[in-house]
Amino acid sequence: MSIETTDKRRAFGFVAPALLWTCAFFILPFAAMILLSLAHLEGRTVVQGYDFGNYIKIFTEPSLLKGIRVSLEITLVVTVISVVLAWPLAWIIATRVPPRYQRLAIMLAVLPFWTSYVVRSYAWALVLGQNGVLMQGLIGIGILDAPIQIMATRAATVIGFVHFFVMLLTLTIYSNLIQLSPNYARAAADLGANGWNTFRLVILPLTLPGIMTGAFLTFVLCIGDYITPQILGGNNELTMPQLIMLQLGRRGDFPMASALSVVLMALVTVAYALSARWLKMERV
Amino acid sequence: MRALSWIYIGAIFTFIFLPVVVLVLFSFQDSRLPVPPFNGPSLKWYTQVLNDRGLMEALTNSLLVALVSAAVALLLGFFAAQGLARIRLPGSVLMRGLLIAPMTVSYLIIALGLLSMFNDLGFRPSLWTTGVGHVVINVPLCFAILFASMGDHQKNAERAARDLGAGEVQVLFLVTAPMLKPALLAAYFLSVTFSWDEFIIAFLLTRFDVTLPVEIWSMLRSGLSPATNAIGSLVFLVSIAILFLLEFTVFRKPRA
Repeated sequence: MSIETTDKRRAFGFVAPALLWTCAFFILPFAAMILLSLAHLEGRTVVQGYDFGNYIKIFTEPSLLKGIRVSLEITLVVTVISVVLAWPLAWIIATRVPPRYQRLAIMLAVLPFWTSYVVRSYAWALVLGQNGVLMQGLIGIGILDAPIQIMATRAATVIGFVHFFVMLLTLTIYSNLIQLSPNYARAAADLGANGWNTFRLVILPLTLPGIMTGAFLTFVLCIGDYITPQILGGNNELTMPQLIMLQLGRRGDFPMASALSVVLMALVTVAYALSARWLKMERV
Repeated sequence: MRALSWIYIGAIFTFIFLPVVVLVLFSFQDSRLPVPPFNGPSLKWYTQVLNDRGLMEALTNSLLVALVSAAVALLLGFFAAQGLARIRLPGSVLMRGLLIAPMTVSYLIIALGLLSMFNDLGFRPSLWTTGVGHVVINVPLCFAILFASMGDHQKNAERAARDLGAGEVQVLFLVTAPMLKPALLAAYFLSVTFSWDEFIIAFLLTRFDVTLPVEIWSMLRSGLSPATNAIGSLVFLVSIAILFLLEFTVFRKPRA
């Protein structure tokens, strides 16, 4: 046996445990879930079948169809607002803050990341509530006469999400910006571009990889999240994860929950396909 | 432009820090609701949560699941990265894709799949099943971090060690691991944090022994209370302490 085959065998031996784990506890359950999505519920027992009843129901029953629409709308709005807010912050930190303080500035900008996710949504509920700091503050300085309803609406969900994803996107865009040589901006200026054109035609396109990586992460995490809409959004319009949990909880309808999950996965896959050409996932 | 920059940074930092400040401030609230007006400071909610047995048990459970599942994930990820970085195997790309795949799937879906599978196999939800789920989400992370930090200089050192007669285990633990120490620590602590803070997998895959986020979740159902602020602030404080410790020990850049 040559040295190379021994080496290859050893290498396989190293990779095997992780692969086995991933297959046993990720691929297999996922396959089982797809199978389960083709079953249906009779009374409270699951009857395995091979029909697309659950999927047909998802795309015909208004309450479920609305879930897809709500999830997509919230996710798109959150992604766009987060990019628009995060880009200038990343840019200011990368170009206006002296280099020796930049690491500190970035650490500060993402410090609230380190609160627990559940607790962070709860904290927003405190801020946005009728008697909360925001309303009382606005009334105190005379901008409002009476509190307006933000909690338990879509706005609260969006605010909670944007808070989280501004931090995430600031990181991805910043790490993209500091790799750019300042010569790009100088060259553009030498060639007669004004500030706006330099931004629009040179700097912005160069940060597209950072934007798209962050935007894709935002999309995936946002559309699959149960906590934020559940704590902040109230019960008027449910997102897909909320619908999935509802199927599990109230009715024990695993087949329907599985079908909804498969649709959710499909949406993420479409998003990936759309953004793939800009995603630069280093060597992996 | 300069003034505008500072105004913008001020505004956005206010937005970013608003919930944290409110959370911490009202953990010192003296009355029963964590909303204005603030009267305090009082430490009574901290005394209450530190004496709450259910909460402290959940905290211990969380810590246990986080430390153990992160260790398993680190080992699996480290071995896989070692195997894939050192030699080109048939199917390398596919294997890498497979190992990274759980990263792109929502935790809810991973949890749901595991829940159905464990149900079919007759396993009851417990801290163990949660731990299994947390390893699934952390293997891709550990693998990606370690794979990206493995380079030629370390491969050469390994080869040298082997030429000098070191066995496979010796190479791994006396040469590779020390060279990758910062990446190993980063991967481990990130995994610990992810597991520690993870809610939905723990929510669906535990029943009687729960983790801290699940326990906090059930606290929320009984309405707003400064006790939730107190436990939230404590968790935040611990995370920040770990973060600063890492920043100033492991990741400190050697001075030129």
